[in-house]
Amino acid sequence: MMAPLFSSKLLIVLLFGTLFGLILGVLPGLGPTTGGALILPFTMTLDPLSAIVLLTSIYCAGTYGGAITAVLINTPGTPAAAATCLDGYPLAQKGEAGRALGMATVSSTAGGIFSVIVLVFFAPVLAKLAYEFGQPEYFALAIFGLTMLASIGEGSPIKNLIAGAFGILISTIGKDFMTSIDRFTYGINELSVGIGFIPVVVGLFAISEMLTQSTLLNQVFKRVALKAVKLPSLDDYKKTWKTILRSSGIGSFIGVLPAEGGTVASLIGYSEAKRFSKEPEEFGKGSIEGIAGAEAANNAATGGAMVPTLALGIPGSATTAVILTGLIIHGVRPGPDLFREQPDFLYGIFGAMLIANVLFFIFGFFGAKLFARITLVPNKILWPMIFAVSVCGTYSLSQSIIDVWIMLFFGVLGFFMRRFGFSVVPVIIGLILGELVEGTLRQSLVIFDGNWLMFLTRPIALTFFILSFIALAFPLLRSKKQKK
Amino acid sequence: MNNVQNKKRANKSLPFFFKDEFKVFFVIIFFSTILLISTFTFDKVPPILNRGIQPATFPKGLLVLIMFLTTIIYYLSFKNPWKKEKKLPKPFFLTIISFILFVVISKTLDFFLAISVLSIFVSYNWGEKRVFYLLLVGIIFPLVVFIFFEMILGLRFPPGIITNLYYY
Repeated sequence: MMAPLFSSKLLIVLLFGTLFGLILGVLPGLGPTTGGALILPFTMTLDPLSAIVLLTSIYCAGTYGGAITAVLINTPGTPAAAATCLDGYPLAQKGEAGRALGMATVSSTAGGIFSVIVLVFFAPVLAKLAYEFGQPEYFALAIFGLTMLASIGEGSPIKNLIAGAFGILISTIGKDFMTSIDRFTYGINELSVGIGFIPVVVGLFAISEMLTQSTLLNQVFKRVALKAVKLPSLDDYKKTWKTILRSSGIGSFIGVLPAEGGTVASLIGYSEAKRFSKEPEEFGKGSIEGIAGAEAANNAATGGAMVPTLALGIPGSATTAVILTGLIIHGVRPGPDLFREQPDFLYGIFGAMLIANVLFFIFGFFGAKLFARITLVPNKILWPMIFAVSVCGTYSLSQSIIDVWIMLFFGVLGFFMRRFGFSVVPVIIGLILGELVEGTLRQSLVIFDGNWLMFLTRPIALTFFILSFIALAFPLLRSKKQKK
Repeated sequence: MNNVQNKKRANKSLPFFFKDEFKVFFVIIFFSTILLISTFTFDKVPPILNRGIQPATFPKGLLVLIMFLTTIIYYLSFKNPWKKEKKLPKPFFLTIISFILFVVISKTLDFFLAISVLSIFVSYNWGEKRVFYLLLVGIIFPLVVFIFFEMILGLRFPPGIITNLYYY
């Protein structure tokens, strides 16, 4: 599995990706999704394996990096680290920041490695299953993905559905890929090729975050002092090993489902850790189990989210949507054929994720103090710099100034979406799944001679439709139960 | 006395069209309607070339779905009103103005100049008054990024009054 990685170039890429991912994770507002999107143009100078190794190592390390700021300044560096704040910061306030970060580092690494094992064993099985899928099944699967995203994603399910539908709508801009008829182009030539993925991602994540930061200029962070990261004691291990294992399983499972990956996984991992704990009253006051539960789950979601991305070409999270774009840009077509035709390439990715987990453990353990200092860079200096990189990065992919304006438009739109409770992640997933949804629907209708009811005669498709229905009904039933 | 009057005024419920719920509902429905109307102008494919459905059908379906779901969230907001958002501060509007400036300058003068002006404008309005740091974010850093992209990716930035000095 590791053989493809035994080259100095790949190891340097892996090292750089892990470091860069950690820095992105530490900085509140940035994260592996934005970072991955910004670095995508640079991957054009690399071979496909190096490019994807770079993106996956950013993903793994960025997810962990959020824990450092969550523990030390009570602000999650990434949304996936939100649950880590609940116990990480209180424990740090008690003078045990080193112990809190030590547990976050160990459980993140354990969760990450667990999920890579899941990826290695589960992705090929899913890929084999995918051979049974025709156009109707892929259509039903994409619909299932979007409904799951709406159902278990953050915030209101209906708002998530609107955002997902909006993402698919964006994908219809440009020439219709089946008939070459212009749609929503309004005579603008540049729109004929459609709206690029990168301007939308950078706009929705980086630029909208810049606008959010402009409303938080008076916010003061109180940083807790950190002497050094400590390895958890034997007592801590005894207390948390079951939690780590459970959360790793939860995280991997949630990761496989197309949703907000780590964010949802960490919240579920945390609440399950509390439910099974012998000391649930300690949660929220600095429980070491709380940190382990949240951190193992969010890092376990990384490997899980790669499963549908590689096996089916359907992203499991916003960051894997960026990785999927990276794969497509480099001419790699994810799906079952990838497992048969390019096993070395896949082993390279699996191995890279495994090593990235070990690397961020080392960097986190010895360098957390240094990484935490990055948060001292004031926003008034940091964000104009991020803007410059965002603009050049967006421009560079198609060398089109229109892309930069689209990025700004989506930045403003993303800000208002978030302000009114619409998550931006479904837009990204909708955009990347849009062509698949429309293409498979239209091709299915050709197969079925325009008879929509024929979808119900395909057992796999029908199963996905039933699951989609359950996914949509679930939040409704949950809110009724809560009212009772 | 004034404070009491202000509080009374604040307690009065706002007319429905000032509420966030209605504003969001109105904006989504308004733009969806415009887009829906525009789908009727899409060219039609002759039946012999048509694969499954007409190119306009799928976007039409999506827009109707968006409008339907938006109506549901507006209806639900009567039962559970949204939490009131804080007023946006001055730096937010200045940042938006800087985006407009960026678009105007990058279109008419120079791409690099637009980045520099935006960076200095944003940094200054966000509270940075030290000249060195303004130069750092406005000139030194964009220059480093520009050269980096130019050399590593072989990127050619759009022509403009400053970029031309570099290229010629």
